[in-house]
Amino acid sequence: MLKYIFKRLLFMIPLLLGITVICFFVMRLAPGSPVDLETQMNPKSSVEMKERLKTLYELDKPIHQQYWSWLKKLSGGNLGISFASDHRPVTEKIMERIPITILLEFLSLVIIIAIAIPIGVLSAVHQNSLFDKITGIFVFIGFAIPTFWLALLLMIFFGIHLGWLPISGLRSLNYEYLTYWGQLVDLARHLVLPVFISAFGGLAGLSHYMRANMLEVIRQDYIMTARAKGLSERDVIYKHALRNALLPAITILGLSIPGLIGGSVIFETIFAIPGMGQLFYMAVMARDYPTVMGILLIGAILTLVGNLIADVSYAVADPRIRIS
Amino acid sequence: MNFWETFYRNKLALTGSVIVLLLFLVSLFAPWLAPYDPGQIDLKNVLLSPSLNHLFGTDPLGRDVLSRMIWGARISLKVGFVATGVAIIIGTLLGALAGYYGGWIDAVIMRFVDIMLCFPTFFLILAVIAFLEPSIWNIMIIIGLTGWMGVTRLVRADFISLRERDFIQAARVIGAGDLRIIFMHILPNAMASILVAATLGIAGAILTESALSFLGIGVQPPTPSWGNILTAGKDNIDIAWWLSLYPGLAILITVVGYNLLGEGIRDSLDPRLKK
Repeated sequence: MLKYIFKRLLFMIPLLLGITVICFFVMRLAPGSPVDLETQMNPKSSVEMKERLKTLYELDKPIHQQYWSWLKKLSGGNLGISFASDHRPVTEKIMERIPITILLEFLSLVIIIAIAIPIGVLSAVHQNSLFDKITGIFVFIGFAIPTFWLALLLMIFFGIHLGWLPISGLRSLNYEYLTYWGQLVDLARHLVLPVFISAFGGLAGLSHYMRANMLEVIRQDYIMTARAKGLSERDVIYKHALRNALLPAITILGLSIPGLIGGSVIFETIFAIPGMGQLFYMAVMARDYPTVMGILLIGAILTLVGNLIADVSYAVADPRIRIS
Repeated sequence: MNFWETFYRNKLALTGSVIVLLLFLVSLFAPWLAPYDPGQIDLKNVLLSPSLNHLFGTDPLGRDVLSRMIWGARISLKVGFVATGVAIIIGTLLGALAGYYGGWIDAVIMRFVDIMLCFPTFFLILAVIAFLEPSIWNIMIIIGLTGWMGVTRLVRADFISLRERDFIQAARVIGAGDLRIIFMHILPNAMASILVAATLGIAGAILTESALSFLGIGVQPPTPSWGNILTAGKDNIDIAWWLSLYPGLAILITVVGYNLLGEGIRDSLDPRLKK
């Protein structure tokens, strides 16, 4: 097992390098160069200052040397200084927001697993039943609906029309005056809509795959064997079939991570949640390039780590993977 | 049964093609269908709720929402086709090269795909837009440039399974070159899956564009798009529900249409794939 994890970690190195190369080239897209931009925005810039910026960004050096020194800074966790008026290190700005995004993402994954797996399994076991047809429609709409629009509709209905749930931020104005439990309830109420919205796309995807997996597993010979030796239908489905159908779901969950992270920009912006996605949106709008590049890089690395966790859990669950 | 018979019998696929056809017609005849000029500002009639004069109400500048949505259909059609075109061309070329030649070419291309798939697509699109101007052409091309990886995998798989077949060996024996084999002999046989991927890709591109426009970094006002009407919907969420409801419904129906059409084509081209 350790050998497998080590091998997977080794595979990550070229991917990681590739990610930095792509980030570096996106950075080169800037009209002119980063120097032009800063000096254009600042009327007080002189020729001398331009030169100083040039040496700071090492623009006078050949491109491979620029990349190399950028990479060296990265490996020390240095993503540069934000262009925003606070002039803080990008790493610091991202780190204080990552926990919120990861919490939301984690809760969404829990919701996806808790709802999608039973839906997929039940609709496969009762294929062509009314339940199967209704969930089929739900899945189809889930694939087609713009989640930001669904967010708007739910905000109008639950937030404004019924007034049950808050529609922005993570805390009420009176948060400071609430008891511990009151604060927890307040936070939970603020999280209901964002978490549901961020989970929605994944819900449709996973229940669709679970249903397909389950239908395939049920047709296998070993299920017939289990039935032939007289096991109850419940044991056949929930012990023999379910375990085998669950395995590929781990991969699907791993694959849904980039979508969840990418979606954070949309729902964190809509619900005014101070996470990494909102920071990214603000950085894009303000053309705060160091922050944009930092979050792009962190987003890709988070995806890489998510996939690693998915692969390793698959290997834990299925010994065949470890051996081959 | 041939393709058209199967397709015709598939009610969902037929529904999908009717939706897509209607969208084409609406885009084509937008100037005649729209009851008002989509850019006509009327400050005496801002945020009117739906009525017989303005079926879908008016926006914060008094412009007719229905007219803006009809013109918005053009934008989403254009974005869908151009973005998907870019993705399909890149994806097909890289997939064909990887699948046909194998070896190190395959290894390099597929590692590149793996790396691209590490990026949350929406992050990559936003990062690129931060550096460029969010014009409609930039948006379309960026969506295409970040969406070709699935097509590459698909085409590569088709090429690998086709390249060793007898008819390809036969073509090689009579002296056909690599290019001729790739484009004249293998590619036509991979067209079915490419066509399906393209139809579903259009749906995805329209969804992405609407999200970008909604965030204010896609199609820029005053050009009407379904996404940027929804932005006004969010800004007036407590007073003007019609700004939020109708454009989103249009996106949903459009995406459903393309998805149904794509799945219909798949089922008709290859009945074995049918679940």
